[in-house]
Amino acid sequence: MSASILQENKEKFAELQNTIDEFKDQEGPLMPILHKAQEIFGHLPIEVQEYIAKALDIPITDIYGVATFYSQFTLQPKGKYSIGVCMGTACYVKGSQAILDELIKEIGVQPGGTTEDFNFTLEATRCLGACGLAPVIMINDDVYGRLVPSDIKEIVNKYRSK
Amino acid sequence: MEFFRSHVLICGGTGCHSSGSADVMETFKTELAKNNLENEIKLVQTGCFGLCEVGPVVIVYPEGAFYSRITSDDVPRIVSEHLLKGRIVTDLLYHDSIHEDEIIKSLNEVGFYKKQERLALRNCGVIDPERIEEYIAFDGYKALGKALLEMTPEQTIDVIKASGLRGRGGAGFPTGLKWEFTAKAQGDKKYVCCNADEGDPGAFMDRSVLEGDPHSVLEAMTIAGYAVGSDQGYIYVRAEYPIAVNRLTIAIGQARESGLLGKNIFGTDFSFDIELRLGAGAFVCGEETALIASIEGKRGEPRPRPPFPAVKGVFGKPTLLNNVETYANIPQIILNGPEWFRSIGTEKSKGTKVFALGGKINNTGLVEVPMGTTLREIIYEIGGGIPKGKKFKAAQTGGPSGGCIPADHLDTPIDYDSLAQIGSMMGSGGLIVMDQDNCMVDIARFFLDFTVDESCGKCPPCRIGTKRMLEILDRITKGQGEEGDIEKLEELGKNIKSSALCGLGQTAPNPVLSTIHYFRDEYEAHIRDKKCTAGVCQALLQITILPEPCRGCGLCKKACPVDAISGERKSPHTIDQSKCIKCGACLEKCPFKAIVKG
Repeated sequence: MSASILQENKEKFAELQNTIDEFKDQEGPLMPILHKAQEIFGHLPIEVQEYIAKALDIPITDIYGVATFYSQFTLQPKGKYSIGVCMGTACYVKGSQAILDELIKEIGVQPGGTTEDFNFTLEATRCLGACGLAPVIMINDDVYGRLVPSDIKEIVNKYRSK
Repeated sequence: MEFFRSHVLICGGTGCHSSGSADVMETFKTELAKNNLENEIKLVQTGCFGLCEVGPVVIVYPEGAFYSRITSDDVPRIVSEHLLKGRIVTDLLYHDSIHEDEIIKSLNEVGFYKKQERLALRNCGVIDPERIEEYIAFDGYKALGKALLEMTPEQTIDVIKASGLRGRGGAGFPTGLKWEFTAKAQGDKKYVCCNADEGDPGAFMDRSVLEGDPHSVLEAMTIAGYAVGSDQGYIYVRAEYPIAVNRLTIAIGQARESGLLGKNIFGTDFSFDIELRLGAGAFVCGEETALIASIEGKRGEPRPRPPFPAVKGVFGKPTLLNNVETYANIPQIILNGPEWFRSIGTEKSKGTKVFALGGKINNTGLVEVPMGTTLREIIYEIGGGIPKGKKFKAAQTGGPSGGCIPADHLDTPIDYDSLAQIGSMMGSGGLIVMDQDNCMVDIARFFLDFTVDESCGKCPPCRIGTKRMLEILDRITKGQGEEGDIEKLEELGKNIKSSALCGLGQTAPNPVLSTIHYFRDEYEAHIRDKKCTAGVCQALLQITILPEPCRGCGLCKKACPVDAISGERKSPHTIDQSKCIKCGACLEKCPFKAIVKG
């Protein structure tokens, strides 16, 4: 493990250690620890996985396997604002593809991608459960519904200046 | 006890929350304070009222005034007019909630609610889900008391068996039998799990139960623990449901404080506790063996059954696993008896079913109807029909595992067996309505795209087979379909169904097979005539300018991002098809409706 990362993120690793201590004696501790680790670091870099492997005394392959299986865990850092376009059925039949296309055009990255300035990450997400507002996008915790493609520019601009 | 002359119920379900109900709540608080009404008017944040389409929804009792699409700006008027002066603000009421003479209808007279029967959702939109006292006031935890103090575990299982309740998660397995298998399994430790990994796109009934009535699930799981001999429960809930996770956490804390979870419940020897486990975005984890692997902290991959979870489940121990909506029915069955429950529904499907009604429908939302209600009743009477006077084409049930039901079957009474017979399935209860503008080949492709993405990759039929099907569908929607493609899809589909490891793979071909069955002509039109009649598949579209109505104003030329349009001013323009990217920008700009796609 590169010592510099441990040094630079001393506080974060201390917090991770607390989490590990809290869950390690429970049955099936890995998922709650990974959730918390991602909350602390924003993503799950290999150094964090190595740290957890050592602390729980399980092979890193197991951790890597779990971290890459679930779509919510990410090994890459994300943008400040995560834009999720709901691609659930209700949104899809009401035209969410056109909304997604407009967003790709507007911020210039494909779904799964992050802008160079790390301001936006674009994602095509699973059903957000707000089908009454279809089509829906979520920017971090803010929900925008009943959208048409021409709404997108103005919404995105709100997060540009912040 | 405090007494309030009026109650203001504000929906805090996900739909209304997303459309701004939290702001409405805050504004009510300040406005009530401004008018010194805090001690006279009670504000309650409830779970989902069901009619998400017109959210945020606010209901004021005792009048039962049903205000719809309320924003913070409307709140001062409701407070000063209705709450202060007693004059209902009729122009803010939901249009179907007043008679012509301006007298308010009671909720069960409103079209949306008239045919509904709310059992699983009984407390949603009625109580404050964050206060255990309100749940208890509505007979909460009474069923648990009855089971623990008056019934043996065997009697409890017998009641569930006799009720005829079947699993609401999709497959419809008899719940009582599952309980019995788990109770009879040998093991020093057993687990009771709740599957709250609601992954079907367009389904949000479990979410609404968890958000609107979390204690009903805790109570039912505790009863199940008593019946099967378990002292530990897990709720596996999607991490994408933050409100549900939050309310469950509050509910578990309150139940523990009140001694309704923990050691020696109701002073008996029975102890039971519940923990939450968060999913991390894997659809396959709704499959029971995959869910169990995920609770154990592993990759959520399914394994062959038997052994069934009732014998070998979480950490290798006997495990009872039911879905949220199934649990939500349990307390009432215990309280009212199995005969009461059997009196609702059809011969082989008892009770009610919650559907998440979405897509091209006027009243998007959550509805609960007795089994045996027809699609026509749900779509036209409860759902208010298709918007903009368009024509119904199909209803999709069962999500990526289900199929599309055409207009011919609108009068089929819906239950587990009738839906299977017409090539769909109940699934968790997503019901997406599609109209003439939806392309059935594209919808089949949409679902296959979903399954290919969510396939865990363990078994080849699902991993490779669904991918091959998707490739064929992609070709068809791009205008590169060939003779024989339909037959290939049918054969692949049949083989995947019979050879995949788990429910995800075994049902993945359903959306394709059912659309081929009912809408074969659309597939043929895509393949032979290279036409998408619904106008969805971009590659098959041609955008053209009709010379007659075109005045040569040039607006389309300006709008075109790729300079595909040419023409002299005041004479008809044309589109160069080799340049056109079919974005439709010109279509929106033309003031003379001279541009058409098809």
